[in-house]
Amino acid sequence: MEQKEVLKFDAIVVGAGPSGVASAIVAARGGAKVLLIERSSFAGEKNMFGGAVFLSALKELLPNTWQSAPFERYILKHSWALLSDKTSCEVSYQSFDEPKSASVYRSKFDSWLVEEAKKEGVYFAPSTLVKSLISKNGHVVGVKTELEEIYANVVVLADGVNSILARDLGLRKEYEPKDMVLSVKETRKLPKSLIEQRFNLKENSKEGAAKNFLGGLAKENPPFGLGFLYTFEDTISIGLGVNLEDLNRFGYNPSDLLENLKKHPSVSAYLEGSELLEYSAHLIYEGGYKKLPKLCANGVLIVGDAAGFVNAVHFEGTNFAIISGMLAGETVLSAISAKDFSKKTLSIYKKKLNNSFILKDLKSYKNVMDNLYSRTNSLMNYYPKKAGEFFKIFTGASCKPKRGEFREFIKSFFSQRSLGEFFKDIWAFLSAIIGVLK
Amino acid sequence: MTQRDDNSIENKLTSIKYNCSKNTHLRVNQEMCRNCQKRPCCYICPAKVYSWDDTQSKLNVEYENCLECGACKVVCPFKSIDWEYPNASCGVILKNS
Ligand SMILES: Cc1cc2nc3c(=O)[nH]c(=O)nc-3n(C[C@H](O)[C@H](O)[C@H](O)COP(=O)(O)OP(=O)(O)OC[C@H]3O[C@@H](n4cnc5c(N)ncnc54)[C@H](O)[C@@H]3O)c2cc1C
Ligand code: SF4
Ligand code: SF4
Repeated sequence: MEQKEVLKFDAIVVGAGPSGVASAIVAARGGAKVLLIERSSFAGEKNMFGGAVFLSALKELLPNTWQSAPFERYILKHSWALLSDKTSCEVSYQSFDEPKSASVYRSKFDSWLVEEAKKEGVYFAPSTLVKSLISKNGHVVGVKTELEEIYANVVVLADGVNSILARDLGLRKEYEPKDMVLSVKETRKLPKSLIEQRFNLKENSKEGAAKNFLGGLAKENPPFGLGFLYTFEDTISIGLGVNLEDLNRFGYNPSDLLENLKKHPSVSAYLEGSELLEYSAHLIYEGGYKKLPKLCANGVLIVGDAAGFVNAVHFEGTNFAIISGMLAGETVLSAISAKDFSKKTLSIYKKKLNNSFILKDLKSYKNVMDNLYSRTNSLMNYYPKKAGEFFKIFTGASCKPKRGEFREFIKSFFSQRSLGEFFKDIWAFLSAIIGVLK
Repeated sequence: MTQRDDNSIENKLTSIKYNCSKNTHLRVNQEMCRNCQKRPCCYICPAKVYSWDDTQSKLNVEYENCLECGACKVVCPFKSIDWEYPNASCGVILKNS
């Protein structure tokens, strides 16, 4: 009888999110034999995000076909609102230029990406869960699925935030709650025409809007969190990311906090008449530059969320995923031509990351989250409230002398906050900004 | 109020499809859970998978409802949860997220 052929590839990529597909495409384009493995029955089936994909990265990966992605709406309008109990103070921005991002459903977008990868010669194995990595003499040489062992010269870990494989291999430590954000989201159905009316979008167009909300989650013990809303063709997503340690400490459930946000008058106006279509949850890692995992080892590279490549302040993730994936794909090709898959050769990947926006941005933002988190109460409660009070006087025509009202406001601004606290806020915000610029 | 206006987690979960696995992917060490004071898994889980059964002094784990976010494993102070992905193709199915 014929001996069962040993399955062997140049590269195996675990996880068919944007980072995995990008690695697979670049490696296959360069002539490598690549197997892309995904645990769900179709790509995107397990995935959720805000969300809008950033087009710059997508164009870099697929310069000729990116337009055919299943885009829902191009995000041209952005706003950021500070919410207090009964007020909302909002800054908005609109671009009349080329769109920079577009809303998509992960189920459709990730599946589309995989189809593009197949066209470039990538072998795709859905419904396949990688249980562990196979190592020989300190070298990763393949993967073990539920059914079989598959071998490759190099394995790319693109298995997302929960990357069990990176943890088991010792590339990263166990996560701590304070470095994690737990997100919950609802996709809600709303007629297309109503969406266009409510968000001031051109009728029957692909224009879209994104909104962020700070505050409005809880009156006392406000947790550190950010709300978001994105428009799709005939749905909207409303969601929230909250620091996991705050949920733990204050005893909150994220869904209850989302309900509080949804009830805020400036949010509920957008949701009125909408119907729940799908509920979902996901983690985001915010350990950042200070807690990066080991980015490569003998026979293995790590990309995207599994490597902690996100910028939570700007909701950037898919761009980090795609570009880090592409750099890993290039690294695989260099290793193939050098015929060496040791850590030494694979560490070109680190150099590439250092020269790209990925590690540069993570480095400039390395203290931002810590600084802002240390002032949670100010950010989530005090300033949203004060902004509301200010504009109440500014716009309220209370028939009282303005001078007196403003004086009272300024007095309250300082009297309700000790000078020490106030300086700590300023210090934290300035350090955050200077940290990015320096 | 129509059913769709009900904002409980139980109702939110009815919006999701699952391909159920016969065996659990979330195993806990009941001994540790008995000694756990705050039981954060019971309140932080976005799908209310965990609940404490006082009469039997045991943690109930309704793994069929899991959204596979991974938060419980990070928050558990005793690392009592042996957290795995469900078998391939099992578990939550998201179509509009
Ligand atoms: C609430 C929220 C909002 C966000 N909003 C935005 C946004 O608006 N814009 C933006 O750019 N980014 C956003 N992000 C971030 C972005 O979604 C991620 O950074 C990006 O999806 C990471 O891609 P990835 O390929 O690294 O990982 P993932 O997309 O998580 O893909 C990992 C894949 O690996 C598979 N997998 C895991 N383990 C295994 C295994 N053992 N075997 C086989 N398969 C496995 C999974 O099923 C999954 O398909 C958001 C994230 C969240 C949570
Ligand atoms: S938090 Fe951990 S130890 Fe405590 S009850 Fe939950 S699973 Fe058990
Ligand atoms: S993974 Fe998320 S949804 Fe599943 S039990 Fe844990 S906290 Fe709940």
